[in-house]
Amino acid sequence: MRPCTRVARRRLGVAATCCLAALALAACAPVDESDDATDGSDAGSGDGDGGAVDAAACTPDQLPLYADGRLTVATDKPAYPPWFVDNDPTNGNGYESAVAYAVAGELGFADDEVEWVTVPFNASYQPGAKEFDFDINQISITAKRAESVTFSRGYYTAAQAVIVQEGSDFADATSVADLADATIGAQVGTTSLTAVTDVIAPSDAPAVYDDTNAATNALENGQVDAIVADLPSAFYITAVQLDDGVIVGQFQPDTGDTEQFGLLFEQGNPLVECVDTALDTLDSDGTLARIERRWLSDVVDVPELS
Amino acid sequence: MVSETQRARERFRRRRSLQRGLVAAASTVLGAGLLAWLVTHAPGWTSVQVRYLDLEEARTALPDVAAAFWLNIRIFVVAEVCILVVALVVALVRVTPAPALAPLRLLAVVYTDVFRGTPTLLVVFLVGFGFPALELQGVPSSLFWLGVIALTLSYGAYVAEVVRAGIVSVHPSQALSARALGLTYGQSMRRVVLPQALRRVLPPLLNDFVSLQKDTALLASIGLVEALRVADIQAKQNFDFTPYVVTAAFFVAVTVPIARLTDWLSLRQVRREQGASR
Repeated sequence: MRPCTRVARRRLGVAATCCLAALALAACAPVDESDDATDGSDAGSGDGDGGAVDAAACTPDQLPLYADGRLTVATDKPAYPPWFVDNDPTNGNGYESAVAYAVAGELGFADDEVEWVTVPFNASYQPGAKEFDFDINQISITAKRAESVTFSRGYYTAAQAVIVQEGSDFADATSVADLADATIGAQVGTTSLTAVTDVIAPSDAPAVYDDTNAATNALENGQVDAIVADLPSAFYITAVQLDDGVIVGQFQPDTGDTEQFGLLFEQGNPLVECVDTALDTLDSDGTLARIERRWLSDVVDVPELS
Repeated sequence: MVSETQRARERFRRRRSLQRGLVAAASTVLGAGLLAWLVTHAPGWTSVQVRYLDLEEARTALPDVAAAFWLNIRIFVVAEVCILVVALVVALVRVTPAPALAPLRLLAVVYTDVFRGTPTLLVVFLVGFGFPALELQGVPSSLFWLGVIALTLSYGAYVAEVVRAGIVSVHPSQALSARALGLTYGQSMRRVVLPQALRRVLPPLLNDFVSLQKDTALLASIGLVEALRVADIQAKQNFDFTPYVVTAAFFVAVTVPIARLTDWLSLRQVRREQGASR
C-alpha cells in the first residue's frame, strides 16, 4: 500500500501547485479593467465631438492631461539638432522644442509647467497607455500609422535631401534617375527610407541604419555613395558632421500627399482637438514660420531633383 | 512462468504509469488553459492582437522576411565554418607545450580574453564601421564579409574555449599511451585526443551555434538588411509589431531543431559513457 500513498501525496502536490497558480493568477489578473473602460469612454466622447472645439474647454484645468496641471511632452534621446539643441529639449532651443513650448503657451501653460519625458521611437507607438500627452519626434503622418495612434495636424512639411561626398560620381546628379546606380543609405523607420525605395528605386538595395549618425559614418567610410535624410537634418549633417559632404538636391517623396510631421497622441486621446486648434492659431499668426526661420536653415538654394 | 508477485508488480506499474500520464496531461491542459485565459483577458489583449498579431501585416511581411532570412542562414553557415577553423587553431595553440610557441600562446590567451569580454554588438560595430575606415587595401568592403568577420572574431573566442575544455578533459593517459605507442605529438592529438575531445563538446558547441544563429540579427546595426531589419522597416513604417513576431517564428523554426539535436546527442553520449544499462 505504500506506493499508493506516494501517488496520493504527489497528487496532493499537483493540487497544491494548481492552488498556487490560481492565487498567482488572482494576484496578477486584469485589475485595471475599470481603467480600460474609462479610456474607452474617453475615446468615444472624443470622437463624438467632431472637429469643432469650444475654446473655453482648452484651458489647462479643462484638458484631459496625463498629469494634472502639467503638459507632459515626449521625445527620443539623443534629441538631434536642428530639432533640439544640446540634446536638451527643455531649453526651448531647436525647432521642435520651440514648437512644443509654443503649443504649450497657446494652451495656457507656463514654460515651467511643461514636463519632458524620454520615449524611444519604438515605444511611442506600442499598444497600451501612454505616459505622455504628446510625442514630438519628427514623426511623419501616414494613414497606416494613424490606425495605431492619433496624429495632430502637420506642423512641418518635410522634403527629402540627398547627401554625397564632394567629388563623388553622384555629386552632379540633377534628377533622382541619376542616382539609380548609387548605393544609398538611410535611417530605419523614416520616410527617407521609403522615399529611397519608392522614388529613387536604386538597383542595389539600400543599406539601412539605426540612426543618421551610423548612416553618415557609412558615407564617410565610402560604404554607401549617398544618404537620404529630411532636409533640415541634411543641413545639419553637411554643416557639422561631414567635412566634405554636399547636398545634391531635394525632392518630395511621391506618396500623393506631401510629407508632414505630426504630434503623436495615444489613439483616441481627445486632447488632440485642442492641440490642433492651437497649431492652427500658431500657423495663421505666423509663429510656426518664425520658428522655422529661426531654427531650420533656408531651403531655397537647394536644387529640386526632377 | 511469471510469479504472482511479479504479475502484481507489473499491474501496479501499469496503473502507476497510467496515473502519471493522466496527471501530466491534466496539469498541462490546466496550465496552458490558465495561461491562455490570463493573456486573452489582459486589459490590453485587443490592442495586442491588432498590433502584434495582425494577419494582414503578417502576410505582407512574410515573403520579404523569408527572403531576408536566407541571408541570415548564409551568414550563419559561412561564419560557422570560419569559427570552427579559428577556434580549433586557437585551442590547439593554447594547449601546445612547445616553449618556442610561448608568444603565440600569449596571443591566443589575449584574443580569447578580449573577445569573450567584449559585447558581440560592440565587435560588430567596431568591425563594421572601423575596418572600412582604415581604408586598408584588401579589407573587404562588403557588409556580408564584415559581418562574418565580426561574428567569427566574437564566437571564435567562445568556441575556442569550448574546444580547449574538451581537449583538457581527455585523460592524460590517453595522450601518454599514444606517445608510448610511437605516435608523434601531432599524430596523438589528431588521432587520439581530438576525436574524443570534439565528441565530448559537441552539445556545448551546438549550443553556441544556436546562439550564433540568433546573433546574425546583430548585423542589422551596420546596415545589412537581414530578416530582423526587414521586419523593423515594415514595423516602423506602419506602427505595427506583427513583422517582429513573424521574424521570431523564423528564428525559432531554425533553432528548435538544433536544440532537439543537442538534447539527443547529450543523451546518447551519457548512455554510451555509462554503458548500455541505465
